[in-house]
Amino acid sequence: MIEVKNISKSFGEKKVLDNVSCIFEQGKINLIIGGSGQGKTVLMKCAVGLFEVDSGQVLYDGRNFSAMNFKERKPIRQEIGMLFQGGALFDSLTVEQNVTFPLTMFTHMTRQEKIERANFCLKRVNLENANKLYPSEISGGMKKRVAIARAISMNPKYLFCDEPNSGLDPKTSILIDELITEITEEYNITTIMNTHDMNTVMSIGEKLFLFTKAKKYGREIITTL
Amino acid sequence: MINSTFYHIGQYWIFIKSLFQKPEKFAVYMRQILREMDNIGVGSMGLVALTSAFMGAIITIQSAYNLVNPLVPLYAVGIVARDSIILEFSPTIIMLVLAGKVGSSIASEIGTMRVTEQIDALEIMGINSSGYLVLPKIVAAIIITPAVVLLSMGIGIAGGWIAGDLSGIVPSNDYLRGLQDQFIPFNITFAMIKTIVFAFIITSVPAYHGFYTSGGALEVGQSSTKGVVFSSVLILIFDYVLTQLILG
Repeated sequence: MIEVKNISKSFGEKKVLDNVSCIFEQGKINLIIGGSGQGKTVLMKCAVGLFEVDSGQVLYDGRNFSAMNFKERKPIRQEIGMLFQGGALFDSLTVEQNVTFPLTMFTHMTRQEKIERANFCLKRVNLENANKLYPSEISGGMKKRVAIARAISMNPKYLFCDEPNSGLDPKTSILIDELITEITEEYNITTIMNTHDMNTVMSIGEKLFLFTKAKKYGREIITTL
Repeated sequence: MINSTFYHIGQYWIFIKSLFQKPEKFAVYMRQILREMDNIGVGSMGLVALTSAFMGAIITIQSAYNLVNPLVPLYAVGIVARDSIILEFSPTIIMLVLAGKVGSSIASEIGTMRVTEQIDALEIMGINSSGYLVLPKIVAAIIITPAVVLLSMGIGIAGGWIAGDLSGIVPSNDYLRGLQDQFIPFNITFAMIKTIVFAFIITSVPAYHGFYTSGGALEVGQSSTKGVVFSSVLILIFDYVLTQLILG
């Protein structure tokens, strides 16, 4: 479970998050929905520590992530998988190297063990026979699947997905949604997803957070639907 | 303008400090260093050789053209060519050339990684992204560029010899005598000190500009330009400072 408590974030004069609180439950797909420029991505980046919050707390199963320094955050970060909007695959590495990258950096697995794990993860996302291809040689949907494979390679406890369906055709979009649902259930992950796609909301959303800039009593409204 | 300058100086030093943290995996960093040595050093050899050969030839012919006084012996051309190449042309001009080639490549590579969220992906994994991406480039440049500059000196001097001899302006005997006359070995040491300082500049400054890129393709291009311009200016400033401090 991830608990966001009263976080605020400003960029210069512009206040993007104002006293936001929400709880993302384990084993469920927690969807953050709302219009463009409402601060959904900022909330997600604050939750994973890419942006430092101005005030408030982010708790990962009770551990106060926002109060930790870079070194202290490392163990929690290794429990986080993130699927970026554009995939964020490393251009200079092949599909297989992208998936084994976290394993190379943080485990003592042998080369063979890493390749076996990569093959398992790639098979899990229905992407076989692409191991030796570079990101520039594969389609957008395949990139997203490789990114999911990389995100699950370290058996994460928390999975963040930033608009995973953007730029994909409806068929591939459904495929990615199903994949995220299966992985969430299979590994009992806390999944948090930003999305604009109402099909995703209708089909896989288990807990929805409506994000809107409208203010009530000086607070942003986050409605749990 | 002044605020912005101090802001960038401060942010640059914070960036440099962030590079020197314990590597997540030493073996991975070593592999990165070897790869970067190949990119920065071996990948630049053709350009360096071509530039150095012509540079040496031009220095020799121009020196001979200027030293037409009968009181000045012809072998002085060899002395002038040798000292110009060792003290200034190889360490400074070649590093300026490398600032263009290597610097723009580093800034655009890291800038593209920033705007495509690849750096964010590293951060999420708990990797010190600046250390992982930039430190191997700096270490590789510091190791490989002295070798590149030494080779440039050799090619430059040989270029001058060939040009002087082929054109008949400076006979081989005079040129070779000039090369050996009044040779100060410390000049090589001085050139190596300059090279190491410049190697740090041509990798860290463009990396800094690339690392803090925000936006898209246009901003990546701007970062690349800024990286090359600032590193070139810093090379010239530090060239003067080091010359004043060590030889002045």
